[in-house]
Amino acid sequence: MPSRLPQTFAALKNKNEGALVAFLTAGDPGVESTPDLIALIAEAGADVVELGIPYSDPLADGPIIQASSQRALDRGVTPPMSLDLVRQAREKTQVPIVLMTSYNLVWIYGLERFAKDAAEAGADGAILTDLPPEEAEPWKAAAQAHGISTVFLVAPTSTTERIARIAGSSTGFVYCVSRTGVTGARKEMPADLPQLIDQIRAATDTPVCVGFGVSNPEHVAQVCAMADGAVVGSKLVEFLHQNADNPGRDAAVRDLVSGWKAATRRF
Amino acid sequence: MAVDTLSAENLYVADAQGRFGGEFGGRFVPETIIPALDELTEAYAKAKADPAFQEEFAYYCKDYVGRPTPLFFAEKMTRELGGAQIYLKREDLAHTGAHKINNALGQILLAKRMNKPRIIAETGAGQHGVATATACALFGYECEVYMGEEDVERQKLNVIRMNLLGAKVIPVSSGTRTLKDALNEAMRDWVTNVRNTHYIIGTVAGPHPYPTMVRDFQSIIGIESRQQIQEETGGLPDVVVACIGGGSNAMGIFYPFVHDAGVRLIGVEAAGHGLHTEHHAATLTAGSKGVLHGSASYVLQDTHGQVRSTHSISAGLDYPGVGPEHAHFKEQGRAEYVSVTDEEALDAFQWVAKSEGIIPALESSHAFAHVRKLAPTLPKEQKLIVCLSGRGDKDVDQVARRLGLL
Ligand SMILES: Cc1ncc(COP(=O)(O)O)c(C=O)c1O
Repeated sequence: MPSRLPQTFAALKNKNEGALVAFLTAGDPGVESTPDLIALIAEAGADVVELGIPYSDPLADGPIIQASSQRALDRGVTPPMSLDLVRQAREKTQVPIVLMTSYNLVWIYGLERFAKDAAEAGADGAILTDLPPEEAEPWKAAAQAHGISTVFLVAPTSTTERIARIAGSSTGFVYCVSRTGVTGARKEMPADLPQLIDQIRAATDTPVCVGFGVSNPEHVAQVCAMADGAVVGSKLVEFLHQNADNPGRDAAVRDLVSGWKAATRRF
Repeated sequence: MAVDTLSAENLYVADAQGRFGGEFGGRFVPETIIPALDELTEAYAKAKADPAFQEEFAYYCKDYVGRPTPLFFAEKMTRELGGAQIYLKREDLAHTGAHKINNALGQILLAKRMNKPRIIAETGAGQHGVATATACALFGYECEVYMGEEDVERQKLNVIRMNLLGAKVIPVSSGTRTLKDALNEAMRDWVTNVRNTHYIIGTVAGPHPYPTMVRDFQSIIGIESRQQIQEETGGLPDVVVACIGGGSNAMGIFYPFVHDAGVRLIGVEAAGHGLHTEHHAATLTAGSKGVLHGSASYVLQDTHGQVRSTHSISAGLDYPGVGPEHAHFKEQGRAEYVSVTDEEALDAFQWVAKSEGIIPALESSHAFAHVRKLAPTLPKEQKLIVCLSGRGDKDVDQVARRLGLL
C-alpha cells in the first residue's frame, strides 16, 4: 500500500488548508486507549498523526515527551506493540500515520523487517530523529521498497547544501524544526523561520511541515501561512496525560484539536 | 569508496564519515548539531596540522599537567605475582589526578580557536568534570557539568572540587541517574545552545569526530609509555592493560602500539555483581551491536534496543556504551576484552595501596584486578604495562563505607 501522505497534502492544497499534524506517544496515557485516541484526534481534525515509539535514551525530545516515553516504557510498550497499536487504529481510521522514533530501535528490529511490518500494520511513513541523511541510505532503500515515506528533519543550523540533501531524501513531507533545541511548547515562533522555509521550498516541491514549539492556534495559523503544515506535540501529550482520568476527556480533546485545525484554514 | 582497509596504515583510522572498519562510529544525532560537528571536524583537522596548536597543547601538558607522567616499575608487585614485570603508567600523577585532563585541555584549546564562549560536559566519576572545570578556570570559560544524581551522591568530593573551580554541576534525575543520562542531558543542552557552546565529551564515544579527537589527545599516554619502556628496557612491552568505561584511557595507551603486532592489548570492563546477573557494565564482553549517543558500537540493551541499566562499583565505568574504535578492535581481534567484578576490583584497590603505596581509582583497580590474575601466568621476561588511569582519593569515602571503616 503506498503512503497516504501525498494524497492528503494534495487534497489540503486544493482546499487551501494547512495540515494539522498531531503527535502522541504509543502507550501513553494508556496502552489500550491509543488506537481510540488516534481515531478521535483524526476525527477532531488532525490531518496526519505522528505516533512516537518510546525509546529509553532520546536525544531530540524535551522533558514532556521524554516523560511520556518513560511512562509508556514503564507500561512495557515495545516496537512490536507500537506497530500493533497502528494495526488496531487502522480498524477505525484512514488518517495517515507517521511513526517517530530513534534509529537504534529500528536498526535492532531490522531495517527491512521494520519497513515491511510498519507498512503491513498500516503506517505511512517514519521519522528517525537521530538519523541524518548521510547515514540513511540503507533505511531509505528499505522504506521505499515497502511504500513507507522517509521524513527527514531540517534545522535552523542546516546549511544550504544540507537543506538540499535533506529535502532530496525526504518523501511525504520535510520536517522543519522551528528552532534549535529539543521538542517542547514555547511562547513565540522564531523570527528567522520564514527564511528557513523559503530555503527548503527552493530545494524541493515536497510539502514542508513545521514543528518543535508549536503549541496554540496562533502558532498554527502563523506556521500554516508559510508552510504546508504544523506539528503539535508536547502540548497534546501533556493534555492527554493531565486528562487521563477526566470523564470529559474525549470532548476536551476534540475541542483542543479542532481549535488547532480551524487555525490551519487560510482565507 | 576505494579505501584499502587492509593496509597497516588504514587498518585503524576512521573513514571520512568517522567509521572504523566501515561499521562502527558515524553520526547518529539530531540534525541541529550536525553542522556543529562539521565545524568541529574541520577546526580539529586544521588544529592537528598546525604546529602552533601542537606546541600549545604540548606546553600545557608539560607545564600545567606535569607530563610526562612516570612509568614506574612495580617491583614488589612483580615479585609477589611471580610472573611478568609490571610497570605502572602513572596518570594518577597528572594534574587533577587522572588522564581526563589531557583531553579536557586539548578540547578547550580547540574551543578557544572556534570562539565558543560556553563549555558543557558530562561526568560519571567526576574526574572528567573536574578536568573540564579546571581547564575552564584556567582559560576563563563558563562551565556547566551534567552529572547523574546517583553519581553526585557517590562522588561527593569531586562535586565539591568542581564547585570550587567555578563550575556549575547540574544533577540529572532522569533514567538511571548515572553517566548515560548525564550524556543525554548534555547532548540535549548542546542541541539547544549549539551556536555558542562547545560540548567537551569525556571519552572516545559520541558522534564523529569525538572518538578520533579524544583518542588523539589521549594518545600522549601511549606515546610516552612506548618511549619510556624502550628507554628503560630497550624493547616494547608484551602486554598493555587498561580499564574501560567509555574507553579513553585504554585507547590512549593502546593506540601508539596498534601496529606492533607483538604487543597484546587488554581492556578490562566492569562485571559488577557478575556477568550472570543484570548488574554489570561489561559492554564489549556482554553487549551487542547498537547505536547509542551518536555512534554505532556495542551497547548493553534489551532485545528491542532499549538501553539497559548498568551497575559498577566504579562510577566511571558504569556506562552501557563504549567507544566505536574499541568495537572495531574487538571485531578485528586486535585487542582482548575481559571483565572483573566489584569484589575483585575492591580487593585490588586495597592490594595496590598496600603493595605499592598508591591508592588507585576504583576504575583503575579493575585493570589491576585483571593484572593480578594474568601476570602470574606469564613468563618472567615479559613486560606488562598497566594504565593507572587515576588516583583513588575520590573513592576513599565509598570504599570505607563498603569495608565498614566509616
Ligand atoms: C580514573 C578514571 N579511569 C578511567 C575512567 C573511565 O573512562 P575511560 O574508559 O574513558 O578512560 C574514568 C572515568 O571517569 C576515570 O575517572
